[in-house]
Amino acid sequence: MSGHSTYQPKTGIERWLDARLPIVRLMHDSAVSYPVPRNLNLLWTFGGILVFMLVAQIITGVILAMHYTPNATMAFNSVEHIMRDVNFGWLLRYLHSNGASMFFVAVYIHIFRGLYYGSYKAPREVLWILGVIIFLLMMATAFMGYVLPWGQMSFWGATVITNLFSALPVIGETIVTFLWGGYSVDNPTLNRFFSLHFLLPFMIAGVVVLHIWALHHVGQNNPTGVEVKDVKKDTVPFTPYATIKDLFGMVCFMLVFAWFVFYQPNFMGHADNYIPANPASTPAHIVPEWYFLPFYAILRAIPDKLGGVIAMGGAIVILAFLPWIDTSKVKSMTYRPIARQFFWMFVLVCIGLGYLGAMPADEPYVTLSRILTVMYFGYFVALALIGIFERPAQLPTSIADSVLGGSGARLAHATASEPQAKG
Amino acid sequence: MSLRLSLVGLAAGLAFAAASPVLAAEAGPKPPAQSWSFSGPFGKFDQAQLQRGFKVAKEVCASCHAMSLIRFRNLSQPGGPGFTPSQVAALAATYTNIKDGPNESGEMFERPGRPADAFPAPFPNEQAARAANGGAYPPPIDMLAKARTYTRGFPTFIFDIFTQYQENGPDYIVALLTGYKDPPKDFPPLLPGQNYNTYMPGHLIAMPKPLNDGQVEYPKGPDGKSPVPETVEQYAKDVTAFMMWMAEPHLEARKRLGFQVMLFLALFAGLLYFTKKKIWSRLPEHASTH
Repeated sequence: MSGHSTYQPKTGIERWLDARLPIVRLMHDSAVSYPVPRNLNLLWTFGGILVFMLVAQIITGVILAMHYTPNATMAFNSVEHIMRDVNFGWLLRYLHSNGASMFFVAVYIHIFRGLYYGSYKAPREVLWILGVIIFLLMMATAFMGYVLPWGQMSFWGATVITNLFSALPVIGETIVTFLWGGYSVDNPTLNRFFSLHFLLPFMIAGVVVLHIWALHHVGQNNPTGVEVKDVKKDTVPFTPYATIKDLFGMVCFMLVFAWFVFYQPNFMGHADNYIPANPASTPAHIVPEWYFLPFYAILRAIPDKLGGVIAMGGAIVILAFLPWIDTSKVKSMTYRPIARQFFWMFVLVCIGLGYLGAMPADEPYVTLSRILTVMYFGYFVALALIGIFERPAQLPTSIADSVLGGSGARLAHATASEPQAKG
Repeated sequence: MSLRLSLVGLAAGLAFAAASPVLAAEAGPKPPAQSWSFSGPFGKFDQAQLQRGFKVAKEVCASCHAMSLIRFRNLSQPGGPGFTPSQVAALAATYTNIKDGPNESGEMFERPGRPADAFPAPFPNEQAARAANGGAYPPPIDMLAKARTYTRGFPTFIFDIFTQYQENGPDYIVALLTGYKDPPKDFPPLLPGQNYNTYMPGHLIAMPKPLNDGQVEYPKGPDGKSPVPETVEQYAKDVTAFMMWMAEPHLEARKRLGFQVMLFLALFAGLLYFTKKKIWSRLPEHASTH
């Protein structure tokens, strides 16, 4: 959808550079003249918000790493040293720990937006799969980051989660020993998790580049799910239209982020993680961070350990196959009366699983977890079947039509006078 | 290796399968909510309360509990109890047996405390602490206000986001310190070293009732009497406020900066909203509304 470049080098230096490394042209084409559907709503700002969160996490994380000590006897106190003695260390650390939570808030909204508007469908399958890979990398990064303060939940969370791999046949125990760097969670585990926690965000950044590349190649989906037919009528240039909208959405998101950082910095954490790790004392109630709770509930819903691990992994991996599972040609749930109801049910199921993941493995929670786990996977079965018989509502003929209610002629005339490249 | 793996797996499995319902079943009543000067968006510590709390912590708690994350100098830093640097230096010097060294001849030696020293722990290690306390370990109290909590439950925990309730730890600690009662008639007889507490999960606590009325002498006001009562309730509240400060010494700075950040972001968001409206009004579908 990028079309040919509209970049015009203005100065001599720009012309000289453009002939050798057209980097300014690349930036101009992808962030200024890049055409975006004119009907995007605020849910489309979460991609930009996620880029902001990744950069914010890397910046705060790199500075925290300057003061943190990855050693089992010193890690806990080095975090307290950051909180007490480093200038604005409390701010960096709360930004980073709450930033992880806000990163997941944003990514879940981003994923559900994609699910609702059918953003996974052709031609965006690769874009979607790259997103699933980013999500998996984020989960690994967040999990290892949570281990670093070496509190009770860090230690016991790491023990429970790494132990899951031992359920795999043949290679399971080798993998666990490899993750631990020994025969239990200990100093070598902390060291390798720190190293990987530093590495993975840059791998995420790499996949994000591919994600954006794929996005800019196929173009953005939009609330109607109708593809762009006429770039002049259906789209607006990224700058200033999307730029200002993304910026507004981002600052609103930062308001929520700041509320937690400054006023409720420990709301999303667990009190037990302020107790230093103690291998001899198991906490009464081991729970992962909130963003893993739905998957934790699925894990515990299956009575068999290997079965639970497969179900939990499957709950994420199945997303990657969604483009081929969903049989409907219509993208946006707005025009899918039956699938839409299943979608909202699916949202409630995910929230319900999150709640159950935080509850003790006790009745009635176990039975409820099993019912909701079946419903979780049931959504994908439903999408495969609904597409066959569902009669979608009348789609608008074009994005411009959906915005202007059919008076496309007036629109075409008006946009023709609009300069394509602003800023 | 396989046995070890299964043992750890078993322990972990038991942890989340067996232990949690026990906790759920035996958790005591909900601690009553106290009013704290440091709660809410403009919360600040009450300096006089922190000074009284420090006196309780030093004279009562510190004989068994460590608070070594605190250095003497912290007591005079902004947002804290507000002691003067000379008061802090004098206080540090009253601890005459701070271990240091080695000196030039390679010997370890003892010297008086300095403001940069950590608050001395009552026991050299956990084993010594256990040995002196009938096998129970008195946990360090410097982080306890953030390391203790109680279940708020649904939907209260969602309202807490908006009310900014986050004093779960302090409320629980006050309830615990004032929650020593005679066990109910149907409660199994207490073993030596066990005490009954209304708010301790499972009701059994190794720490004997630590505070009694009149135990700590508070500074006198101009009328020769302490301005606050010298009671268990008051001691508990004061020492808990001090524990909250120990756990979060930059709480005041955080909330103060937070207000500035929120104000800036709200104004910035407002400006961006109108800028966005202005820019989008160039488009024909929005033009009609302007």
